[in-house]
Amino acid sequence: MLEVKDLHVTVEGKEILKGLSLTVKAGEVHAIMGPNGAGKSTLSAVIAGKEGYEVTSGTITFEGQDVLEMEIEERALAGMLLGFQYPVEIPGVKNIYLLKAALNAQRAANGQADIPAPEFMKLIKSKIAEMKMDASFLQRAVNEGFSGGEKKRNEILQMLVLQPKLAMLDEIDSGLDIDAMRIVADGVNSLRAADRGILLVTHYQRLLDYIIPDHVHVLVDGRIAKSGDKELAKELESRGYDWVVEETAA
Amino acid sequence: MSDVQTFLDRLAERTEARRQAHGPEPTWIAARRQAGAARFEALGFPDRRVEAWKYTDVRAIARGDFALTDSADFSPASAAALTLPIAAHRLTFVDGVFSAALSDLGELPAGVAVLPLSQALAENHEAVGGPLGRLTGVEFSPFSALNTAFMEEGAVVRLAPGSVVEKPILLQFLSRANAQPVMSHPRVLIEAGARSQATVIEHHIGESEAANFTNLVDEVMLDRGAILTHYKLQEASLKDLHVASIHVEQGRDSRYTSFNLNLGGSLVRNDLVVDLNGKGAEANFNGLFFAQGRQHVDNHTLANHNAPLTFSNENYKGILDDRARGVFNGRVVVKRDSQKIEAHQSNANLLLSDRAEIDTKPELEIYADDVKCSHGATTGQLDEEAVFTLRTRGIDEQTARGLLTLAFAGEVMERVELEAVAERVELAVAGKLPERFNLSGLVEAAMSLHDD
Repeated sequence: MLEVKDLHVTVEGKEILKGLSLTVKAGEVHAIMGPNGAGKSTLSAVIAGKEGYEVTSGTITFEGQDVLEMEIEERALAGMLLGFQYPVEIPGVKNIYLLKAALNAQRAANGQADIPAPEFMKLIKSKIAEMKMDASFLQRAVNEGFSGGEKKRNEILQMLVLQPKLAMLDEIDSGLDIDAMRIVADGVNSLRAADRGILLVTHYQRLLDYIIPDHVHVLVDGRIAKSGDKELAKELESRGYDWVVEETAA
Repeated sequence: MSDVQTFLDRLAERTEARRQAHGPEPTWIAARRQAGAARFEALGFPDRRVEAWKYTDVRAIARGDFALTDSADFSPASAAALTLPIAAHRLTFVDGVFSAALSDLGELPAGVAVLPLSQALAENHEAVGGPLGRLTGVEFSPFSALNTAFMEEGAVVRLAPGSVVEKPILLQFLSRANAQPVMSHPRVLIEAGARSQATVIEHHIGESEAANFTNLVDEVMLDRGAILTHYKLQEASLKDLHVASIHVEQGRDSRYTSFNLNLGGSLVRNDLVVDLNGKGAEANFNGLFFAQGRQHVDNHTLANHNAPLTFSNENYKGILDDRARGVFNGRVVVKRDSQKIEAHQSNANLLLSDRAEIDTKPELEIYADDVKCSHGATTGQLDEEAVFTLRTRGIDEQTARGLLTLAFAGEVMERVELEAVAERVELAVAGKLPERFNLSGLVEAAMSLHDD
């Protein structure tokens, strides 16, 4: 589904990713862990198309398409969706506008007509109930005045509505208390499906107690230094990152 | 022939025609006309050297040759298409001429009078002569002088103490596509008695090819504890010329809320002056202007804090596209001894094109020492991070920019209590971005969801 090969990325002249390779197949949940500054967030930002990241070499393909040639919205329409670590507040744009515009854009890309209002309402109501959000959120401006946990839940809500093929979640656990973490994790787990890939970026193992990954990768200095299964995450939790860093250096 | 002389000649013809048709006018009216004409002749049209007109060139008006009309003919079907879909006490004027056919006052509560100025003068001209011109004299500007010289028609709204008008009072000004452009000089006089409460909507709209000149003067008096919400929805054709001088006088504990919503017109100038004369008086100025093409919209506001414990809040937003030009001049004057007042002002502008221009100037003059005042002005483009976020959800760039533009206007609109007005403006803003943003469908859909 997603294939990243020997990716080199610089930000403001500084090389952040130095030959990262990663393959995510449908049905798999991958967790990318690593110390601060290793380039964890850079990977998902580059896949989503954020400006300011220069790909100097390497390739990213998604279902055989060259991602780096696609516009930002084309990437989303192809099925790649990024949940932000720091969701942006968008004053004045109601959540319901965003959800409806996004869903209709997706339907238009698939040659479908706009979703009829009653069907849309039914869909949205079931999804906000899943995220334990109040219906009033729909009429509120996107993320404006939301608490940290509410913002993260809102990101997952968008995922539940848009049902991406590849869900990328950047530090979705940061700033969450345990209750919010459970709600967010339940939301992510409900996305697990045979035809969907999930890419979690996280610093802490804690999230992985709730969302069990199939593969765990440790990112050190712009490269994947070590890969394993969920046991690797537990080892990182007890031993920290230093030993991987040392192994890599050796 | 000078620009001024064209108008004076027109005035002489009109005065003579009126005398022949109706005989002599009451002396006070004749005297004011003369004073207005004299003042206008002395001042002439303002040029750009006059500070208050520094950014606004009125030559399109000065060089015009505008006729006056006595006809209020307007196709009822077109009028129905233009009118606000709202249950209201309605007075309609066509190019300044009262149209009984398009008016429907319905049943007004006891103690409430809403009538055309001509009728108010015919019934009891002395009752009009007292308040009329008291706030907006001929001194205010060449345009107020010109209005005074030409005034014939308009609306008089009288609210007896304690009266409450549930439905809005809608004053509708329709502009026609005439072979020769016409001018009108409407007067609106609102006298709100103590503790009375009402909503007045002034709606300026017309045929899309209309190219007329409207020179409006509003005088609004709020007695102790009166509450008035005043909408001015200006959706005139893109060729119309529109000048409005609005003066408000507020007594103790009164509350005046203005929504100055400007979407149309080629050249628009609004002056809004509020005198806060009694303790506890509060004035709220909400403004939105959206201009594109070569539209020019100038808003000058002035809050005079003449008494202690008075409050003013101002929030104006402008959206400018293409080569449009906007002016915002918000002035707050706090008199000596007007202690414990609060005055807040903000003006935010969004430029959608690099050829659009805004001149924004907040002015504070404070002569008291125990006051709370703030002001701020920002001008910028759309938040690129927000554009990016929307695009990552699959929304194309133009729709994303449209949504954010609408959102910018939405921050003023969410204070609008009348749904019909809010929807009208939201749809107009969305619809004004047709080929680039095309959001009307989305807005309509979201509104229908809201109604569910």
